[in-house]
Amino acid sequence: MMSGSLFRVSGALAAVLLLILGASAAPAQTDSPAADPAAVAVVEAPETESAAAEEEEEAEGVPITPEMAAEAEETVEYTDADFAGVEAPAADAGILRYGADLEGGVPYIYDDPENPGTLVGFEVEIMDHIGGKLGRKPVFVQNDWDKLIPGLNRDLYEMAIQGQEITPEHEEAVAFSVPYYVTALQLCVRQDTFAVSSLADCRGKTVGVLKASLSYYILADLGGVDIRAYSTEVNGFNDLENGRLDAVLFDGPVALYYGGPRPGVKFIKQEIGRISYGFAFPADEPELLARVNEILMEMRGNGELRRILDRWNLWNPLVAAEFGDYGPPKSDPVLYDQWVAQQGQVSGFPEKIKRYIGFLPVLGRGALITLEVSLLSMFFAVVLGFLLATVRVYAPRPLSLLATLYIEIIRGTPVLIQLFFIFYGLPSVGIRFSPFWAGVVGLGMNYAAYEAENYRAGFISVPHSQMEAALALAMSRWQSIRHVIAPQAFRVVLPPVTNDFISLLKDSSLVSIITMIELTKTYQMLAITYYDYFGTGLMVAAIYLLLGLPFVRLARWTEKRLAVAHPGARR
Amino acid sequence: MAAAEQAAPLISVERLTKSFDGHPVLRDVTLRIEEGDLVSVIGPSGCGKTTLLRCINCLELLDSGRVCVAGVALERQDRHSQPDRLFADQAHRLRAEVGMVFQSLNLFPHKTILENIILAPMIVKNEPKDAAVANARRLLAKVGLSKHENRHPHQLSGGQQQRAAIARALAMNPKVMLYDEPTSALDPELVDEVLQVMRDLDNEGMTQVVVTHEMRFARNASDYIVYMEHGEIVEISDEDEIFINPKDDRTRRFLRQYMETA
Repeated sequence: MMSGSLFRVSGALAAVLLLILGASAAPAQTDSPAADPAAVAVVEAPETESAAAEEEEEAEGVPITPEMAAEAEETVEYTDADFAGVEAPAADAGILRYGADLEGGVPYIYDDPENPGTLVGFEVEIMDHIGGKLGRKPVFVQNDWDKLIPGLNRDLYEMAIQGQEITPEHEEAVAFSVPYYVTALQLCVRQDTFAVSSLADCRGKTVGVLKASLSYYILADLGGVDIRAYSTEVNGFNDLENGRLDAVLFDGPVALYYGGPRPGVKFIKQEIGRISYGFAFPADEPELLARVNEILMEMRGNGELRRILDRWNLWNPLVAAEFGDYGPPKSDPVLYDQWVAQQGQVSGFPEKIKRYIGFLPVLGRGALITLEVSLLSMFFAVVLGFLLATVRVYAPRPLSLLATLYIEIIRGTPVLIQLFFIFYGLPSVGIRFSPFWAGVVGLGMNYAAYEAENYRAGFISVPHSQMEAALALAMSRWQSIRHVIAPQAFRVVLPPVTNDFISLLKDSSLVSIITMIELTKTYQMLAITYYDYFGTGLMVAAIYLLLGLPFVRLARWTEKRLAVAHPGARR
Repeated sequence: MAAAEQAAPLISVERLTKSFDGHPVLRDVTLRIEEGDLVSVIGPSGCGKTTLLRCINCLELLDSGRVCVAGVALERQDRHSQPDRLFADQAHRLRAEVGMVFQSLNLFPHKTILENIILAPMIVKNEPKDAAVANARRLLAKVGLSKHENRHPHQLSGGQQQRAAIARALAMNPKVMLYDEPTSALDPELVDEVLQVMRDLDNEGMTQVVVTHEMRFARNASDYIVYMEHGEIVEISDEDEIFINPKDDRTRRFLRQYMETA
């Protein structure tokens, strides 16, 4: 199993930011023995390690060594900030909250590509069943996959799902339900590969695995294998097909769903390892666990679970042995077939067009959010920028220095860092924004600095005699700025401000990294699901162009208008 | 008591000093102007006459001394122990009593002539728009610009713009009008129409102080003339006397030079 690499990168960066924050707070913590131990652990973590981890996570398919794997397995201390992006509803007897990660969740839990906004997956069906029996409505809570277990202990949800392996190490931290599925690792090679027909043949070959997975340890035990770690299974299969890898070793369901639809991929018939999936519960909640176990055993006994697994084409001899069910299938693999059809090597042009048209509602929603974020950020930037410029140009020295400081700091640091800081950093001082508002505030504060400089140029372009004329009429300074200077400055700055809005529209793609599902994030999700970065990319580029077009026209128009109005306006 | 107050001049400047970056521009200037007077201030460039005007309406804050206009006074002993901000409110109050017309044509270019005139009464004095407009039209008629109220400044000639600027200042009902070389930026044929407006105001009893290079106007229209040089008032004289028989050598030299070049 895996989670989106972007989520992990953002987590690592947030940790670096926390280090900076923590370092400044450190002196206070040393005299206070009651300081939060988790926060202290983060403060004491050597910075170099975080930086190294960050680099590793950015690269896909890098060779990994036992030391690196061991490091990755080390217990990570999480702080509240790691969960800043999780939007969990409050506990409620009427609902049953479960944590999962939609990115790369096929076939466990994922957004239905045909019917966006609807969750599908074999675990979703099991959850619906459990919810029905308990009389509690299952409610999905999005969290990064590698933080699903830590999230349990923060009461973000009652249970964590999505292929949680029952292992002795995991059982030390959480309680597991009875297994609802058993599988093995699946070795896949190219159709034209005959040199690898079993695990043992992997010696001397290059093999792709998912990070921190059972696959790695099995290959490491085998020895002599060049192991490459991936966080996105699509990329592993791509590298297999294009010859960068000789084989991949993934969890059975992952291999089936991501490799199965690819005609160029061959599955090696060999059972490697044994993986049992169980739902994870906090160790101190035995009652819910007991009830879920009852329901799961009932589903195993009455064939309900088998029916679900058959529909998803997940039944295998290992499950049969675990459930003691050797009967005939209860259903055709309809949902697997549907998935394959969706993936289907859509070669015909009309099919492709049909699929792209199917993307439009999802992309439209993403575009709407992009537009909302951009418009609100711009409004914020325009208002704050005007105040900053006013203070910088007209306020007494200490205040104007503060405004200058703000402008220089914001312009001198990357907007990406600012967004991370606001979204992941500020929660540690008690300021929490939803992803949407973090994006609006981050982009708004950033662009305010640039708008302030625009306005300042505008203010300076208005002759000083205008200010004197206004003051001589007994207007206050503020009245003079508002009624005399600002309207004249506004005409001068309108073209650059409109141009800035067009850049803001494009920069809004950055908020995708703080878990906002806007246009760029939608692109990533669609492209990963269908492995179609090309066509989808062209569509998204076209949408950005269309969104920006009215503002390009507006900028032209204001420039022209200014060119006409300006020469005579001042003589 | 009442008699004493009546006798107080409308404008009084006492022991005013002002320097820029350590260079004294006004040294110990004292001047009193009675209500209804039209006073011309003349002198060579850099003599401090413009700064004196700007100190009277507090566009420049005096370093030390006292300025009093229509009973509103601003007094400062020492620039260093009393920072400018202490006087911001007083300067603002004093400015409300004084109208000013500048050498540069500085109507607000983004507004029509009428809007230029009603802006300050509406936002500073909260006059209702109807009243402000009615008053503005009356003033535009007075300066002969009734037909131009909806034009923008750049559509008017320099002389018309200066007349509009006078109307704009008058709309605030000032007790005093100050003019800083009001005709210097104008083509010669446009000068008279501006000066005529000032003569009309004089006839109505407005107190006016004009910094000018128009010697003919100074001589014909002023009640008296102030001659300044090197930041000091050298001579205050009757308008004819100063031209025919200046008391001071420096005045004589300046006027002779001026007449030769003119």
